[in-house]
Amino acid sequence: MILEGRITLTDLHKSFGTQVVLRGVSLMVEPGESVAILGPSGAGKSVLLKHVVGLLHPDRGEVRIDGHVVHALRDRELAALRMQMGMVFQGSALLDSLTVGENVAFPLRRHRRMEEHTLQEKVLEKLKLVGMEGAKDRMPADLSGGMRKRVGIARALALEPRILLYDEPTAGLDPVTARAVDELILRVQRQTGTTTVLVTHDLVTAFRVAQRIAVLEEGRFVLVGPPQALWESDHPLVLEFLRASSLSTPGGEEGRR
Amino acid sequence: MWEVVGRAVLNWLEELGAGALLLLRVLGALTRLRWEVQETLRQMDRAGVESIPLVLLTGAFSGMVLAFQTARQLLAMGAEGFVGGLVAVSMAREAAPVFTAVTVAGRVGAGFAAELGTMRVTEQIDALQVMATDPVEYLVLPRVMALVGMLPVLVLLANAVGGFGGYVVALLTGVPGPVYLSSVREFLDFADVLKGLGKATVFGAAIGLVACTKGMRASGGAEGVGRATTSSVVTAIVLLLALNYFLDLLLF
Repeated sequence: MILEGRITLTDLHKSFGTQVVLRGVSLMVEPGESVAILGPSGAGKSVLLKHVVGLLHPDRGEVRIDGHVVHALRDRELAALRMQMGMVFQGSALLDSLTVGENVAFPLRRHRRMEEHTLQEKVLEKLKLVGMEGAKDRMPADLSGGMRKRVGIARALALEPRILLYDEPTAGLDPVTARAVDELILRVQRQTGTTTVLVTHDLVTAFRVAQRIAVLEEGRFVLVGPPQALWESDHPLVLEFLRASSLSTPGGEEGRR
Repeated sequence: MWEVVGRAVLNWLEELGAGALLLLRVLGALTRLRWEVQETLRQMDRAGVESIPLVLLTGAFSGMVLAFQTARQLLAMGAEGFVGGLVAVSMAREAAPVFTAVTVAGRVGAGFAAELGTMRVTEQIDALQVMATDPVEYLVLPRVMALVGMLPVLVLLANAVGGFGGYVVALLTGVPGPVYLSSVREFLDFADVLKGLGKATVFGAAIGLVACTKGMRASGGAEGVGRATTSSVVTAIVLLLALNYFLDLLLF
């Protein structure tokens, strides 16, 4: 099965013990679209993303990738689905016993049959795309947070996925590095036409990268729309976000760069 | 009060269930014959080969202390003809398998729990799953199999150095060498050694499963990894001693 890359969330509910995290989340992401899920810490953003790749199962509701209900798939089908999805983790989650190059090679070695030199070419291609070709033989522990993030993106791209998910791609990075990561996400999205969902609390990232923004508060979307919809909104959380990011206009940050 | 007891029992049952579930998944992966040969070899090297110096040390001292105690007692009774046999049989049946397993639970089991725990809390295990890789196949099975394969080898080594250490101590305590050796030949049945190695195989699986269960279930950052590691060693040692008793009922 080859994915188109449509993601449909329908009335997703999730609790951990007595703590309710998602209270009925619905969203449709079109193939090739990029959507940012914006919200404060603890709003349930990462939990939402983990449902999309089937790392968590919903208490109620469902996630569909194209037509497939993720939590109802059998192991083998889920694996086939995941091979067409890439995820960039908040802490990058590189396998720290492997070199940078081997991390990017990992999905290829496991799921593609190819000659060693083709594989190495492919690894280099992905590392070049993120500007990390020089670090191929280094260990993840020797890299900075921004570099690890880039390698994480290269690894997520290894199998040429139809869907790319980013969990807080700019969290913990300095502003300059964060903006460079934004540009990278944008470039990858434009070059590959991959459906992109990113969860973030960074308004700048959301504005820069996403065609649509969904604002999550306490497990519910309070606003879903194009970036300019945020400026027209009078929802308290949205206003607070805009104020806290000290952006008067969407061009403000652009102008400073 | 009852609430606390109840919660403790529930936690314990949950852990037990998680361990049993992992055992089933390991067996499932085994039957699917998806073996990470390279990874298993790497773990055998780390868990087995790198444990050799430590096991030589603990093995030698256990043989020595056994010889010291039995030689003193038996010499006083003029029964020095039993010293060699007693030391060799005790080593083969109990001391070598149990002491080696406890040593390995501390050295290797703790390492596995800490490594997998760190991978869990840094989302590396999630990342494996997203890359369509079953962590049980890729992480747990090679580690469990490495211990199942290497613990008997380590126990055999412990038997050898323990026997030698015991011999030296017995000589120093006043048991004549030829008497010691003929006593070993008379009392030590090869089946004792084999049964000891059989126990070691089960111990290896138990240490690996406990360590991997604790590691895979770690949560809550560095502190959680620490808790998982400590708990893996304590649980493994208790389980080893209990298993040892029941295996003895079965084997001897």
